[in-house]
Formats: sequence, structure tokens, C-alpha cells
Amino acid sequence: MSTDHDMRAYAGNLPMPVFDSVAFVVPPPLAECSVAIVTTAALHSSHDDGYTNTDTSYRVINRTDRDLVLGHWSPNFDRAGFAADLDVVFPINRLEELAARRIIGSVAPRHLAFAGNQEDTVSSLRLDAGPRAARELLADGVDVVLLTPV
Amino acid sequence: MSTLAHVFEAEGLATVSLISIRKVAETMRPPRALYCEFPLGRPLGKPQDAEFQHDVLQHAFATLEFAAGPVLRDHPVVIELDDATPLACAVPPRFDATLAPAVDELIALRAAFDRTRNARGGVTSVGRAVAVDDLAAEMQKLVAIVDGAPWNEVGLRDNPVGIAHDLRTYYEEAALALNDDPPAPGAAESWYYEITEGGRAVLAARLAMRDQGAPFPIWFYMARATR
Repeated sequence: MSTDHDMRAYAGNLPMPVFDSVAFVVPPPLAECSVAIVTTAALHSSHDDGYTNTDTSYRVINRTDRDLVLGHWSPNFDRAGFAADLDVVFPINRLEELAARRIIGSVAPRHLAFAGNQEDTVSSLRLDAGPRAARELLADGVDVVLLTPV
Repeated sequence: MSTLAHVFEAEGLATVSLISIRKVAETMRPPRALYCEFPLGRPLGKPQDAEFQHDVLQHAFATLEFAAGPVLRDHPVVIELDDATPLACAVPPRFDATLAPAVDELIALRAAFDRTRNARGGVTSVGRAVAVDDLAAEMQKLVAIVDGAPWNEVGLRDNPVGIAHDLRTYYEEAALALNDDPPAPGAAESWYYEITEGGRAVLAARLAMRDQGAPFPIWFYMARATR
């Protein structure tokens, strides 16, 4: 039995917030969309601040940043994949290739990283950091967000 | 992450979530989700495999074609965590017999670590708690804990969880320079904890701290829960 199987079983049985309604935005055709990555892998530029183990804030990652550090506190996942290839967590180079092929409209100028932390009420993500992050992306003209975990 | 998907969508952004735990998506119902049963820590599946990563993105973006949600689809490929097989990676021979084996080994791996760091333009994920140049001293303190010193009297520079993170990352980044291919899922971690002196010293220090009555979060999160 793999450790990932155990972790999935454990995490899948933790209390989770339930959303009674599901907001659903129909975007323009993908070839016209600006796409941003928002990751919960606690990535940050090597020149930016790291995260505390209860941090619910986010960091901005510019489109050209490649000096990214994995700042997540959990020891319960593979880290060597990221060390070998940034795109296995944060597929920024893949997005650039999709934009060059005109499969997506463009790569957003700024991307975001959270640390995967939330209180039981998820209030800071729902009421503070989450909406603030969304408005930053909307101001950049983003249409579609690709969310990646670790 | 599913919470963010709901919040973003309510603000007017379309979202596509790569999901690593299906039960979470079933319960939280993010607007569009692709469940990827890949090793945790590798949401795009395969490092240094652009073709596979594009296939994941293609499946993910295909959920944008639905007119209503929530949408939950599965990527057709399953990649298991091969955590039973440590990386076939040489560990350096003993050099300075006056040092603890874990400290001697850590110092000997520095050239390999530097090769990986230089290949990434000087970037490393080591440094959350301890700078690279101070890792050997912290390892020596963990060895002292194993030998019976009280964990809270050896002068650890920072939170032991952060120190343990930096030590593991140092070894795993060094291992990349000692192999031609990206490590199989979990293989670098298994090599570190099961083969190297350093990884075994951290696990032993963790258990010693537990037995000394250190607070649970201080010792438990020094390694993966299942270790």
C-alpha cells in the first residue's frame, strides 16, 4: 500500500467546507483566453518571503520568474519532482508553448501561489485573500485560472 | 484549493482545478476539476516529460467546454508512488572518521548539491530554516540528540521541522546530480531515509525527540507521517 494511498484516505476523510451553490463562469473560447496559474504549492521567488506554516496569504509570481522555491511545510509529498522540473507543479513553460501554438490566447503577466493553509471556517480565503487575489487577476485581464496543488 | 476555485468563479474567473484527492472534489464540488491520480507533489504527473504534461493540460482545459457544472473528470493514466524502491544513487565513502557518519556524508554531498543548484541558476529550496553552509552543524546537533542530548538544549537554530525540511531537500537536490533521469516518484525520499546516514539520523532524532517528550508537532512533522 503506497503512502499516497494512505494520505489520500486520510485527507479525504477530514472535515471539508461544503458549498451549497457552485458559481460557474463560461469563458470565451480558449484560444482567446488569458490563462493564469494559481498554485497551492507555496511557491515563491527566491527573492520573496517564504510562508509560515499557517500562512493564508499569497505571493505573486511574474510570468518570467523561474527562480521558484518550494515553500510548502508538509513533508507528505514528493519533492524531487519539483526539484527536477518546475513544470511538474507550475506548468508555466507548457502554457508558453500553448500560447505560441495559439491553443490559448495568452499567458497572464502574473500568477499566484498560496500555501495550502486554511482555517476550519476558510474565512480568510473566502472573504479576504481569495477575493483580493481574484481581483488582481481580473485587473490583469485573466479569463481562466488553472489551479495546481502539490 | 477547491475553496479558491469557488471564490474565483464567484468573482468572475473561470477555473480548472487539477485535483489530487478525488474525495475532496466529490465533497467540495469545484466548478471544473480533473482528477489526476499521480504521486502527491507531481500534479502534472511526470517531470521533464513535456508531452505528458501537455496531455494533462489538454484534459484539464477540455472541461472548459461544458456549459454548466460542477464538472469532474478523471485523467486516464494512473501513476503509482513507487516508494518501496530507493533511488539507485551512490552515497559517498567515509572521508573524515572524526566526524559523525551523517555529518561526513552531508559534507561529501556538497559538490553534487552545488551542481544541481548551479543548473537552476543558483536557486535551491534549501534555506527555509538553515542556510546551506550551516546544515552540517544542524546535522551534528541531531546526531547529539540521538546520542542522548536533550533536544531543547542542543541549540537548534530554528524549528526542527524546518531544519528537517532543509536537510531532506539538500539530499534530494544532491541526488538529482547523481542521476541522469528524474527520480521515480518517492525514490529520492526512500533513498534519503532508508539508504543515507543523514536521513536515518533525522528519523532517529525524530524518535528520540518523541521519547524525550517533545511536543507532537515539533517531532512528528520532521518526516512524512507514514515514517
